[in-house]
Amino acid sequence: MKLKFSFLITLLLALILVLGACSGDGSATGGETDDEPTENGSETEDIDESDATEDDGEEQVLIFARGGDSESLDPGSTTDGESSRVTRQVLESLLEFDKESFEVKPALAHDWDVSEDGLTYTFYLEEGVTFHDGTDFNAEAVKVNFERWSDPEHEYAFTDDGYVYSMYGTMFGGFKGDEGHVIQEINVVSDHEIEFVLSRPLGFFLQNMAMTYFAITSPAALEEYGAAINENPVGTGPFKFVNWSKDDSLTLEKFEDYRVEGLPKLDRVVFEVIPDNAARLISLRSGEIDIMDGLNPDDAVGVESDDSLVLHTRAENNFGYVGFNVQKEPLDQLEVRQAINHAIDREAIAEALYAGYANPAKNPLPPSYMGYNDEVVEYEYDLDRAKELLAEAGYEDGLEIELWTMPVARPYMPDPETVAEIVQSNLADIGIEVKIVREEWAPYLEKTLQGEQQMFMLGWSGTNGDPDYFLSSLLHGSNVGSSNRTFYENDEVDELLDQAKVAIDQDERAEFYKQAQELIAEDSPMVTLVHSTPVLATTSSVVNYVPHPSTSESLAEVELQN
Amino acid sequence: MFAYTMRRLLMLIPVLIGMTLITFSIVHLIPGNPAQVILGETATATAIQDLEESMGLNKPYPVQYTIYITDLLQGDLGTSLRSKSPISSEIWPYIAATFELTIFAMLFAVFIGVNAGIISAWKQNSWFDFLAMLFALIGVSMPVFWLALMEQWIFAQQLDWFPSSGRQNNRDPMEPITYFYVLDSLIHLDFARTITNLKHLVLPSIALGTIPMAIIARMTRSSMLEVMKSDYIRTVRAKGSGQFLVIYKHALKNALIPVLTVIGLQTGVLLGGAILTETIFSWPGIGRYVYEAISYRDYPVIQSGILVIAFIFVMINLIVDLLYKYIDPRIKY
Repeated sequence: MKLKFSFLITLLLALILVLGACSGDGSATGGETDDEPTENGSETEDIDESDATEDDGEEQVLIFARGGDSESLDPGSTTDGESSRVTRQVLESLLEFDKESFEVKPALAHDWDVSEDGLTYTFYLEEGVTFHDGTDFNAEAVKVNFERWSDPEHEYAFTDDGYVYSMYGTMFGGFKGDEGHVIQEINVVSDHEIEFVLSRPLGFFLQNMAMTYFAITSPAALEEYGAAINENPVGTGPFKFVNWSKDDSLTLEKFEDYRVEGLPKLDRVVFEVIPDNAARLISLRSGEIDIMDGLNPDDAVGVESDDSLVLHTRAENNFGYVGFNVQKEPLDQLEVRQAINHAIDREAIAEALYAGYANPAKNPLPPSYMGYNDEVVEYEYDLDRAKELLAEAGYEDGLEIELWTMPVARPYMPDPETVAEIVQSNLADIGIEVKIVREEWAPYLEKTLQGEQQMFMLGWSGTNGDPDYFLSSLLHGSNVGSSNRTFYENDEVDELLDQAKVAIDQDERAEFYKQAQELIAEDSPMVTLVHSTPVLATTSSVVNYVPHPSTSESLAEVELQN
Repeated sequence: MFAYTMRRLLMLIPVLIGMTLITFSIVHLIPGNPAQVILGETATATAIQDLEESMGLNKPYPVQYTIYITDLLQGDLGTSLRSKSPISSEIWPYIAATFELTIFAMLFAVFIGVNAGIISAWKQNSWFDFLAMLFALIGVSMPVFWLALMEQWIFAQQLDWFPSSGRQNNRDPMEPITYFYVLDSLIHLDFARTITNLKHLVLPSIALGTIPMAIIARMTRSSMLEVMKSDYIRTVRAKGSGQFLVIYKHALKNALIPVLTVIGLQTGVLLGGAILTETIFSWPGIGRYVYEAISYRDYPVIQSGILVIAFIFVMINLIVDLLYKYIDPRIKY
């Protein structure tokens, strides 16, 4: 007995250690490539038919496979992309983004007005819309939802159950009572008219209203389910929630009374979790699933050459960078930062690591965004110039720099380790010796926030399609210690970003952002590496599927055709 | 026997308390603030602070531990930080998934392993013996993820015999009752579905069962060889019993005791969750549950998940100990 007990403890310790060691690179798995294109198209059809007969013939059931499960189905209290991918189908916001861009379109609000001073927004809501539980959608429901997010004391805020509405805080400058909170009042004008009064203008207020995170839940459901609302979403969307087996599958079915006639086309949508990228591709090839997210860029060629599969790319909405801690020696010297910028071969990185599904970046903003400054002159790959600059800074004899390497893979950085090695060898060419530092993900984020790093790798992904979310978060002086990990502070840039934030005229805003990007490029607080275009694949029977850059697209119009 | 069982069950209490202490300390030693991990790289400092507060992570460790234990004594395994649902209700489907897979993997491992071991011992140094032991050696050393991917590639993609992932046909999911899907389909009297669900079990069971199978085969062989040399076997032979009867009736029972220990330990290990197999075949078992929790720093789930795994492990050991008596009545507790 004694022996067994100690064995048990040993085993447990070993288990914990192994798990601990594994935890860092969870999402970096799936490197095993499956590069054998197959010619079993006919077999694929076989299994489709046999499945269809099991489902009484005509039902259209689509299976969407992804790498991880949703965290919560209450859109306001999560920032998780796998969650909003699902809630996008079940709940709707007042506005929505266009199919392939971040252009704002009507959704639950068919029209809206903005006052001259930019402080009052009036939304005219769709009439005759019902929630999945049969209750009416109206202005009061909108008000309840916004108050729930902004006021921790609200009866539906469920603060005691651990609900935090961090996306609301980020996008609307805080919560009720905070100084920066931008929504001062919400007035129900009539059943189908609602007015938002702001304390100061917010240039991207409409963009925010289209975010999936601010989708409207039925107040009756909030009352009924209470804190269990995160497992029982009730909205007005094209699909209603059926059930959820965690880490396995999540089923939605057609909402017959959807406000748009003739939609949705599918009878059921199943979101399935298949963690391993290679295994997910095998499932797609054998016809068990219809859409797979998260294809390895290396597998794209195999998918393209397969007639039974279709390759899709998401428009670029992110960017990966190598940041400089501009307050630490020797990176506090502009020449050193510029020299490094000239010495890194972006083209090679984009080609080698993303199999061509990425574009070299010159601004910390995706090119499709409003205010993207195409006139900024990029730092060309030029070793002579780099050496010159280093000499000017007084480092003819070379120097040593630490580079912190991300421990997890992200769409903007699918293989951080290799990027680090390329940077290391690039900089060796100009006499800089790079020491690679590795940390686990959580401490990595914490320590880079506190400024322990010299150079580091990270990236950013957009959510509301507004330049502010990229430029201010990453480079505004007020975000030092929060999301600005370069510790870059330039009063002129801050001023421009502030002006752009409160301006209402979008052309005027664009102009401010363009100027800011020029100053940022000169100061070189980071090496802007790439904007990646994530790839995904569907079987050829999936039609009308359009991936959205935010990663959450509506499946209302998608159909299956044989 | 009863007294022994009770004593063993009582022993569980200090074991489990020790377990909570160890998991609690280790979990809090893992670097990284869970609020930071949950909110990711785009989090603001205030958002992190708010989340920390609402999760109770700003309290001192002893206070957090006391809260945890008090809840535990009331049968409350805690609430997942990530899903905000009670773990006691959330964990069952994962346990059922792991049990189901383990049962089939062990059936495969024991059936093939024991028989291969017996025949190898019976025909010692024959070509079968060499071949079987070679396969056993390969089986023990084969990386599970590689075997799993090869299985998927050959049997799912190329031959299309078996599905490559999941527990059931998700186009047409069934209402779960016990969360043992094969059993559920039988309860529903839906036999077509039983076949489908069994097909989903084939590839992961083989992947998961290969290593235990190899270990069991080697163990059975050496244990058999030893027993075959003993006096009583010679006596049985002298009485004129046929080889088959000698082996399966007389030798096997005695040879099985060390094998049983191995089977018990291996079952315990598999029930602890086979993360690799569960990940590649997207089998939502307990290993995946705890693994996902670790990447999210979901402390309550890590703690309670490991506690449940430990509990299962201890129970399996107890069952094995009780089985000894059934196999060898001479054993006294």
